[in-house]
Amino acid sequence: MTETGRLIPRRRDAHPVPYDPDYKTTMTRSPNLPLLSMESTPSEETGPRFGHGLIGALDNNLIVNFSKGAAPAIGERIRVHGRVVDENARPVPHTLVEVWQANAGGRYRHVRDTYFAPLDPNFGGCGRTLTDENGYYEFLTIRPGAYPWPNRGNDWRPMHIHFSLFGHSFGQRLITQAYFEGDPLIARCPIAATVKDRGQLDQLVAPLDMAASRPMDYLAYRFDIVLRGRRQTMFENKPEGM
Amino acid sequence: MVQKLGVLTETASQTGGPYVHIGCIPSFAGLPGVYPEDLGLSPITDGAKGEVITITGSIHDGTGWAMRDAMFESWQADGAGRYPGQPGADPAVSGFCRFAADKDSGAFTLRTIKPGAVRGHDGRMMAPHISIWIVARGINIGLHTRIYFADEDNSADPLLARIEQRPRVETLMARPVGPGAYRFDIRLQGPGETVFLDI
Repeated sequence: MTETGRLIPRRRDAHPVPYDPDYKTTMTRSPNLPLLSMESTPSEETGPRFGHGLIGALDNNLIVNFSKGAAPAIGERIRVHGRVVDENARPVPHTLVEVWQANAGGRYRHVRDTYFAPLDPNFGGCGRTLTDENGYYEFLTIRPGAYPWPNRGNDWRPMHIHFSLFGHSFGQRLITQAYFEGDPLIARCPIAATVKDRGQLDQLVAPLDMAASRPMDYLAYRFDIVLRGRRQTMFENKPEGM
Repeated sequence: MVQKLGVLTETASQTGGPYVHIGCIPSFAGLPGVYPEDLGLSPITDGAKGEVITITGSIHDGTGWAMRDAMFESWQADGAGRYPGQPGADPAVSGFCRFAADKDSGAFTLRTIKPGAVRGHDGRMMAPHISIWIVARGINIGLHTRIYFADEDNSADPLLARIEQRPRVETLMARPVGPGAYRFDIRLQGPGETVFLDI
């Protein structure tokens, strides 16, 4: 695996637009002026590394990690799994994957969430794991509920799980959301709709994966993630244009 | 038809949302005990070589209002300009920190050591700087910027040299406000808008 070399510049048209009147908060939280584009430097090509010593035995099991195994969370049991690869289709091994989500009723355990769906005393809503040597990860959790949010008159978030990815360099840092196949709220969601490339939005929808489900226990959803890659070339060690 | 490229497209970003703290700094979010401690509490441990500094500031939206839900990550070299993992790097410098705007005042604080200058690929030195990544509700893709230091020689820095409108360079400067203390405010939009990076 190549761990040196410049990062491939981001394709901004593959990402959400920063300013979208249908997602009102973006209107005051998006820069007006152009970003300064520049080739990556060692500051973006290096990044924090996390070891297995960080990860507790229950960290990737959101059904029991809040109660420390004492009692399971309420909800539909699901396994969410997939691979983290880079744009060159190489696995990203041993990288930290963090997730967070609402409970089965659509309520977050956060001081700022006042939705009247009840908290589940046995559900915290966060988990983490490291990918294995092939870039593979998995979580056990409950299906998050949809919930209303203050935006336009009657907006609801589709069921989703937030994902945070590090890769191996600070310039690869990514936060995204996984949606669930078949959820009719995806097409009505102004946050999902900030991604204007239909193929890119489709890549945020995790398909039902019956082959990875466990009979009489849990359904499975597959969510693969692509992080920025590095340019593969021999022609790096000379000034531009030479 | 032409040959098929085996290149994939990066997964689309989505906003971290208002509850990003649950996933990244759960103790801060009011979920103590899920993990032993929040990740990235400090970029340094005792004995880190260099000048210990504290950078405080706040982050403002396009109306000038302080954003109370923003989360930040920082990444930096050690006092001699080496990144963690590189040969000779200071083992007391992890280089990585997560910190959040205060939910009432919007203020943030980063305590670290001042990084050394870092050599770029072309041999030119980058002035001491800390890389910053910002996520919050309403930010659809995390914003990259850098903190430089107004009391360093920044005249030859390759990134700062690329900024056409020279007054905008000032938006990347942490200003000394006392011994080891700096002020760095971020403006997402409008007058005094911070320079954000596509890098």
